[in-house]
Amino acid sequence: MALIEVKNAIKRYQTGDEYFNALNNVSLSIEEGEFVAIMGASGSGKSTFMNMLGCLDKPNSGSYLLDGIDVLSLNTDELSDIRNIKMGFVFQGFNLISRTSAVENVELPMIYKGIPESERYDRAMKALKIVGLEGRSTHMPNQMSGGQQQRVAIARAIINDPPLILADEPTGNLDTKTSIEVMEFFVNLNKEMGKTIVLVTHEPDIAQYCKRVVKFKDGNIISDEINTHTTIPY
Amino acid sequence: MIDFKSTLKMAVVSLKVNKMRSILTSLGIIIGVSAVIIMLAVGTGASVKIAKDMESMGSNLLMIRSGSVTSGGVRMGSGTRPTLTLKDAEAINKLARGILAVAPYSSEAQQITYGNQNWATSVAGTTQSYLYIRNYDIAEGRNFIPEDIKNNTKVAIIGNTVSTELFGDMDPLNKTIRIGNVPFKVIGTLKVKGQNGMGQDQDDLVFIPITTAQKKVFGTDFPGTVKMINVQAQNSEVISQTEEDINEILRDRHNIGKNQEDDFTVRNLAEMQETIKSSARTMSILLGAIASVSLLVGGIGIMNIMLVSVTERTKEIGIRMAIGAKPRDIRIQFLIESFLLSIIGGLIGVFIGVTASKAIQIFSDMSIVISSFSILLSLGFSGFIGVLFGYYPAYKASLLNPIDALRYE
Ligand SMILES: Nc1ncnc2c1ncn2[C@@H]1O[C@H](COP(=O)(O)OP(=O)(O)OP(=O)(O)O)[C@@H](O)[C@H]1O
Ligand SMILES: [Mg+2]
Repeated sequence: MALIEVKNAIKRYQTGDEYFNALNNVSLSIEEGEFVAIMGASGSGKSTFMNMLGCLDKPNSGSYLLDGIDVLSLNTDELSDIRNIKMGFVFQGFNLISRTSAVENVELPMIYKGIPESERYDRAMKALKIVGLEGRSTHMPNQMSGGQQQRVAIARAIINDPPLILADEPTGNLDTKTSIEVMEFFVNLNKEMGKTIVLVTHEPDIAQYCKRVVKFKDGNIISDEINTHTTIPY
Repeated sequence: MIDFKSTLKMAVVSLKVNKMRSILTSLGIIIGVSAVIIMLAVGTGASVKIAKDMESMGSNLLMIRSGSVTSGGVRMGSGTRPTLTLKDAEAINKLARGILAVAPYSSEAQQITYGNQNWATSVAGTTQSYLYIRNYDIAEGRNFIPEDIKNNTKVAIIGNTVSTELFGDMDPLNKTIRIGNVPFKVIGTLKVKGQNGMGQDQDDLVFIPITTAQKKVFGTDFPGTVKMINVQAQNSEVISQTEEDINEILRDRHNIGKNQEDDFTVRNLAEMQETIKSSARTMSILLGAIASVSLLVGGIGIMNIMLVSVTERTKEIGIRMAIGAKPRDIRIQFLIESFLLSIIGGLIGVFIGVTASKAIQIFSDMSIVISSFSILLSLGFSGFIGVLFGYYPAYKASLLNPIDALRYE
């Protein structure tokens, strides 16, 4: 069974009298362990799709099974649990909580999961070590570079050991060199830890790190191919 | 469900971010709580003092004075011409209903001497009942006996101040003092009573039998008269009946016609005490209302700032929801913040209130009573205000849609 199973998803927005389909009958299935890049022009519906995968938003029609669970039938609290346990988010704008240290940011998903305090710190430090930031654990977000903040966000995304990582333009705010560093962490998560990763990007260079590339246009998937010229030796 | 300690820590962090704002927000609560503490301290102190004063004054008391005589069309003040007599007192005692005790009373300032010591004090002629009625207790020696009154014996009971001034450390009992030129034997001393409500020293006086006073000590302009008759009624229910009876008896004895004015006045001290008590109560209620309004305003201030805070931190709320916070978690986080805001305000208010009350006690001679009840009450109330006024902002935060919250800039 696929980890993600989206069928005929339609997301319609209304502005004034006009209706607009941000997602136009989209179907996609992603197996466990895949590393998928989502590409497409601005406004093509990539973020809308990701928000649906992330259980932050519901489509107007269609179905979505995550790990066999029909998420569209869940209530608010159950959706919170799904987001907490089944997936980790990495955003373009990092979205760390300000005035809260790196290690405390990483601890947050564990707090909401109800993991006892004694366990949290050690686990958060381990996650920071994976992204190479164990020396910055007490730094506040505004005391770190963009690349470092994004690595803290990655540590936060994997802290509850979810099977799925969703990243919406994670390198959008980073320079090329830092982007490469960050992408190497994603590759690592996929290869070493077996995480399923869905990653939105505009840049073909970044898409090169992924095993499969899905292209959106005007709310439709126009192509879905295995990445033949990946730069990463799998 | 997220653990309490983590929520508390989050709340403290976000309050610390805006330290100045947090303190200013708590100001309403701080003022309200310190007002409550001061008001209760002063109010309780005052009513304890009033109760003590009343205790020392005696209860269910009627005070009859001669007075209010019109002389040539000019109304003179009360007591200008003594009209009351010992016989009046006896008649009241015999005829009026609901009487517990009656004591005639006249006093004059006199110079008293013992050896080469002398002291100006108030000399009061009265009977043994007066000491009961006005709650004077004998420290040593004895009270008057009926024979002292009947036989105009030259005996005196002296207050502590007089005793100290004349005798120092000596035992005054059975010593002979002179009031004017008349020698009196000291038969008793009074227990210390301290100051009365008006700040008068209640220990600076000498009691002698009323008959002796009339015949041997006081001026003889109006022989046989007394300035005042003190009456103690049996209880507060009968006191107005007693008052009516006294009026009737005296009007009858003084031959006052139907349309004529009384030549005496009866003051009901029980009524006066009731008035004082109820005005103290009114004062407390008024101060309480002011304090409540201040706490209410403080609560609204907290609500206002919490609403601002929720809006400012919309993105943070979105992030928390995205990584797994439930609406309930968000709600509790903001509730604890507003609770902390007001309880910290409450603690500061208690500190200021207690300090100010102590200062009032030191710099004025008001009596202050700070009860742990008033501290718990105001702390509890401020905590309640925090939760009450924090609930709406917290609820609003928990209703945010994660997607919109995340997009908020
Ligand atoms: N809340 C909304 N209300 C109305 N229209 C919306 C809303 N959110 C998105 N849209 C519209 O839906 C379309 C898809 O938006 P989406 O954010 O998914 O694009 P995207 O592919 O992520 O673009 P970009 O690469 O610029 O991030 C856009 O045309 C956008 O204007
Ligand atoms: Mg987008």
